[in-house]
Amino acid sequence: MDSIQVEEQLVYDRPNSLLDVQTHYCPGCTHGVAHRLVAEVIDEMGIKENMVGVASVGCSVFAYNYYDFDFVQAPHGRAPAMATGIKRVLPHRFVMTYQGDGDLASIGMGEIVAAAARGENITVIFINNTNYGMTGGQMAPTTLPGQKTTSSPNGRDVETAGYPIRTAEMLATLDGAGYVARRSLHNPKNVRMAKKAIRLAFETQKKGLGFSLVELLSTCPTNWGLSPLKALEWVENAMIPYYPLGDYKVHPAIKDLKV
Amino acid sequence: MAKQLLKGNIAIGEAAVRAGLNAYFGYPITPQTELLEYLSARMPELGRTFLQAESELGAINMVYGAACTGARVMNSSSSPGVSLMTEGISYISATELPVVIVDVMRGGPGLGNIAPSQGDYNQIVHGGGHGDYHCIVLAPANVQEAIDLTYGAFDLAEKYRTIVVILADGSLGQMMEPAELPPMLPAIMRQPDWATYGSEGRERRFLSSIFIDPTQQEEANFRLEGRWQKIKENEIQFREYYLDDAEYAVVGFGTAGRIALSAVRAARAKGIKIGLFRPVSLAPFPDAQLFALAKRLKGMLVVEMNAGQMLNDVMNATRHQTPIEFFGRMGGILPMPEEIEAEIDHLFTQPIGGNDHPCDRWLKRSGRIN
Repeated sequence: MDSIQVEEQLVYDRPNSLLDVQTHYCPGCTHGVAHRLVAEVIDEMGIKENMVGVASVGCSVFAYNYYDFDFVQAPHGRAPAMATGIKRVLPHRFVMTYQGDGDLASIGMGEIVAAAARGENITVIFINNTNYGMTGGQMAPTTLPGQKTTSSPNGRDVETAGYPIRTAEMLATLDGAGYVARRSLHNPKNVRMAKKAIRLAFETQKKGLGFSLVELLSTCPTNWGLSPLKALEWVENAMIPYYPLGDYKVHPAIKDLKV
Repeated sequence: MAKQLLKGNIAIGEAAVRAGLNAYFGYPITPQTELLEYLSARMPELGRTFLQAESELGAINMVYGAACTGARVMNSSSSPGVSLMTEGISYISATELPVVIVDVMRGGPGLGNIAPSQGDYNQIVHGGGHGDYHCIVLAPANVQEAIDLTYGAFDLAEKYRTIVVILADGSLGQMMEPAELPPMLPAIMRQPDWATYGSEGRERRFLSSIFIDPTQQEEANFRLEGRWQKIKENEIQFREYYLDDAEYAVVGFGTAGRIALSAVRAARAKGIKIGLFRPVSLAPFPDAQLFALAKRLKGMLVVEMNAGQMLNDVMNATRHQTPIEFFGRMGGILPMPEEIEAEIDHLFTQPIGGNDHPCDRWLKRSGRIN
């Protein structure tokens, strides 16, 4: 039997900043993609040992179990305040919060707006999946008009439940914000664009240009009652029209940065 | 160092600075605002961190974050603000972090008013936040004691990885007294083996208050309770006045205790053998000392600026060893020495009868309820 020479080429590996553990996320959920993108950026910038992460309450409550750098766990909505405390006493460390939409845009709206307005030099990764994932899919501030959830069983009625909040647009109006962008994780092209935005957010922090936030449109197949594939399609067809992708605030000092 | 005339709030702020305070996060609320204002100038002048938060929720969580790094941190507030902070107090306690909190109490409940009160006793001493946790609670009765307790509070917090609350009332925050300040320490940024300040050169760490596995949660609960047992053994503080030959005693903390001392002196002048027991550590509470005292007394009068919150702890500690009466003022009103003196006379001349709760007897005696 002829032997065949096989040359191995590593094309995909776990980032150093991610621990080699299984996550608790549901199949098809894009939290895993978001975690990986953040970890890749941290690896590429070589800042793993300079990082302090702040986990929030929601599906990402256990983020500290997945990242291989120092982490703390905040009360519901308070991650930006905790991050502020850390950054103010450790101004040369990189501080990141990782928050969902219930955490950031509902119970933690006060903390996030105040942190952005102060130009707090932290980076926020904001996962928008239009519902409270961890508690089983209740209506969030980001739930789309007419969208059914376990607490809006007939679809979100804007007459009684009001309208969704476009967080990126709102925070971009604040002078303290250095970089605010919305990206989506529904296909490879957008995943690559999301990674670039995350990099720019951390570069903003590195240069001391103020508050940075990347809103990531994400899937929640379990609570949406959709297959992973259908969930990705729903992001494109239902979410993006309401939550347009784009850069809402780019500090001039990073405008021309190539990443 | 010579004595100088200092306002309570400012004295507490400067004592914290001299204790090596690295970062302060606060929110304006009367009657503690001067503390925040003072530190807004003092901390930056020393190159240390001062930040006025967006709310008490923001402030306590900034303190939470900063404490995770090993920095010496403090915040301050007054009653309604502390209510908002109780969420963070529970989390910080669960995460086992050293933090100093100053509560300059005002009249309540609700928005109440801005006058001095001791209405936060239960909220601070017996929890307020969710779950089983304990804070060390220290109650000064004058500006010098406020300085000394604040100066020592950080070491105490770090020794046990716990919250230390300086529980003062509005009058202590607002009044001026001659007092001496302690020596100045540089800003303290420790790197204890649990802190999260960036993992350079070591394994990464995380700090969390979540134990999703109940067996691990219970283990953490036992750890906190075990630590509290050590604190109870080692950190009881109290002051005694004229108790050596006393047949009666007044028990009061903070400003109520201080005012009661005037009444005790007046009663002594009339020949009544009475003294004052003033708990300084409200948690841990001086249970054994009060029990021993009660065994040799003919009666005890508890005086507070609330409706009898510490009274229940005194009753619990003394276990019916002596009859107890209670006198309280509420709503932000200080008890007058003459009022306490009249209560002492009542205790001395009218034997306590019946099994009513001392609080009920006080309310009946007050003539102010229908």
